[in-house]
Amino acid sequence: MSAQAPLLDVRDLAVSFTTEEGAVQAADGVSFELRAGEVLAVVGESGSGKSVTAATLMGLTRGPNATISGTAVFEGTELVAASDEELQRIRGNRMAMVFQDPLSSLDPVYRVADQIVEQIRAHRDTDKEEARERAIELMEAVGIPDAVGRADAYPHEFSGGMRQRVMIAMALSLDPALLIADEPTTALDVTIQAQIIDLLRELNRSRELAVLLITHDIGVVAEIADRVAVMYGGRIVEYGTAEEIFYDPQHPYTWGLLGSLTRIDRPRPQRLPQIPGMPPSLIAPPEGCHFRPRCPHAFDRCVEVPGLEARLPAAPGHLDRCWLEPERKSELQKTSPLRGPG
Amino acid sequence: MSSGMARFVIRRLLSMLLVLFAVSVIVFLIFNVIPNSDPAVRMAGKIPTETQVEAIREEWGFDEPLYVQYATMMKKLFTGETISYSNQQNVTEEIWKGLPRTLSLAVGAALIWMAFAIALGLYSALRAGRLSDRFLNVLALIGISMPVFWLGALMSYYLGHKLGIFPTGGYVEFTENPLDWFWHLVMPWTALSVLFIGFYSRVLRSDVLETMGEDYVRTARAKGLSERRVLLKHVLRNSLIPIITLWGLDFGAVIGGAAILTETVFSLQGVGEYAAESIKQTDLPPIMAVTMFGAFFIVIFNTVVDVAYAALDPRIRLDAEGSR
Repeated sequence: MSAQAPLLDVRDLAVSFTTEEGAVQAADGVSFELRAGEVLAVVGESGSGKSVTAATLMGLTRGPNATISGTAVFEGTELVAASDEELQRIRGNRMAMVFQDPLSSLDPVYRVADQIVEQIRAHRDTDKEEARERAIELMEAVGIPDAVGRADAYPHEFSGGMRQRVMIAMALSLDPALLIADEPTTALDVTIQAQIIDLLRELNRSRELAVLLITHDIGVVAEIADRVAVMYGGRIVEYGTAEEIFYDPQHPYTWGLLGSLTRIDRPRPQRLPQIPGMPPSLIAPPEGCHFRPRCPHAFDRCVEVPGLEARLPAAPGHLDRCWLEPERKSELQKTSPLRGPG
Repeated sequence: MSSGMARFVIRRLLSMLLVLFAVSVIVFLIFNVIPNSDPAVRMAGKIPTETQVEAIREEWGFDEPLYVQYATMMKKLFTGETISYSNQQNVTEEIWKGLPRTLSLAVGAALIWMAFAIALGLYSALRAGRLSDRFLNVLALIGISMPVFWLGALMSYYLGHKLGIFPTGGYVEFTENPLDWFWHLVMPWTALSVLFIGFYSRVLRSDVLETMGEDYVRTARAKGLSERRVLLKHVLRNSLIPIITLWGLDFGAVIGGAAILTETVFSLQGVGEYAAESIKQTDLPPIMAVTMFGAFFIVIFNTVVDVAYAALDPRIRLDAEGSR
């Protein structure tokens, strides 16, 4: 597997938007790889740049106010420099996206099957009947009961979970190699969230579908991700396998993220731990490490931006952006306020 | 047509009868309390004798109680026997004569203003904030602010009288000469449309801009649709819903009286001009008939709009029982 070129190779992707208040550096120096059939979860709080990164790969952030640099090679095409027409051919076809709010992501005035058919026919020269059959097959495949009977229903006649299934069916309609799921469960009830995550995992396994999962829910990550990228203030601060991130987190921000989880295998704390302070402003971000103002372990060196590098000799694929020595980290971790009690 | 929709339409038609009844009573009462409206005195001519007036009163039934007079008038209205007090012509026939003229004006103008509004509104939205958008904004404001009689008079004077491009007024039957029919209507259509183009294009512009920010438009792009398809099938289709509603209402209003000024300026002799003449003469039967005619179209198009709205937006249900 390692000899193969990755399906998606993102290098130094940076996105900034011109606003009335100034330039917003929404994503900065974002680099990661996604191999075929793998699930990469990008986690971080609101405004950490994870959704912007995903939308940029799809070309959805292009516009007169956006400045995009870096490279993102997907199946041999460099997406940042690709023309609008080239992108149009790839998106929805080789690379598809599912959005956060299924209630507003489907066009209210068209029947759901027609919306899937529209996507199929945008990329393939198929007749309507054939595309419709395919649409119904897909609706069945994503677990919509009575797909034949529901094909001609309008989006508002579906529940939120079912609409998200329609979105997923639509995304899968041309057998893409990559599915970008931007907070696909955030707008849904907890039980439905689990179903959608199960569906994504099932599709990932049965179809060799690579998934780029954007989420702020680290619990979801634990369930499905092969690899994890933790984003903070527009940068990836830690990157590694799910195991590495969960069992040997290197960046204090990751400690904080994991510390804010409720754990059933530990005594219940009086109060859920939280990371003190506010996420950084992306218009005037703090100098050096963006997490510095909130980090209890910050020291002189943190005013320089740490690179995203492997700092553990035993784990060359585990990267982080923190100046602390690994030995010091393992010491600090035990008592860090970020990890919470227990 | 679903049973819910059928029920809705029937309910609407029944309530229309109520509206027409109320309108007719109000018009009738107003006419009977305004000064100087005694039809017998007016019909008797200059300096009549008391006996002459009395004779007319008796002959026309003006001495009967008001509710009897009202009943007689309504009966005549529905059997088409209403006679004008001022020139003794059959009112129904006059309205039938004016109807094709008013319809020609209203239908043509409605098509023109909608076509221009869509083109300009969409263009403006796509160029939002740029010079061309601002220019169209100013143009729209000018269009909205210009009174139709003033614009009509200017056009009539310059394009009709001075340059002689278009006839200054009058009407030719379509069946008689379609080209002449068209040529006579160009200026009235334009005069009537300008206000609506200005207003509609602004409404559409803001609707398009709002729709462009919708999540489903982002989905449409993510599906790999062409920008043109995203714009027409998703953005425009959804932006048109409010404006088409407006269109139906305004169309009903134009037939029901809003075209009076245009008809008068270009002497089209449609129903609107007939209404204006009748009001000038304080002539109750045609006023009553024309008011009922107008109210009828306004109510009808209100219903049409509601049905069209439900057809355009599947989220709207007409039957209150079935809605959620």
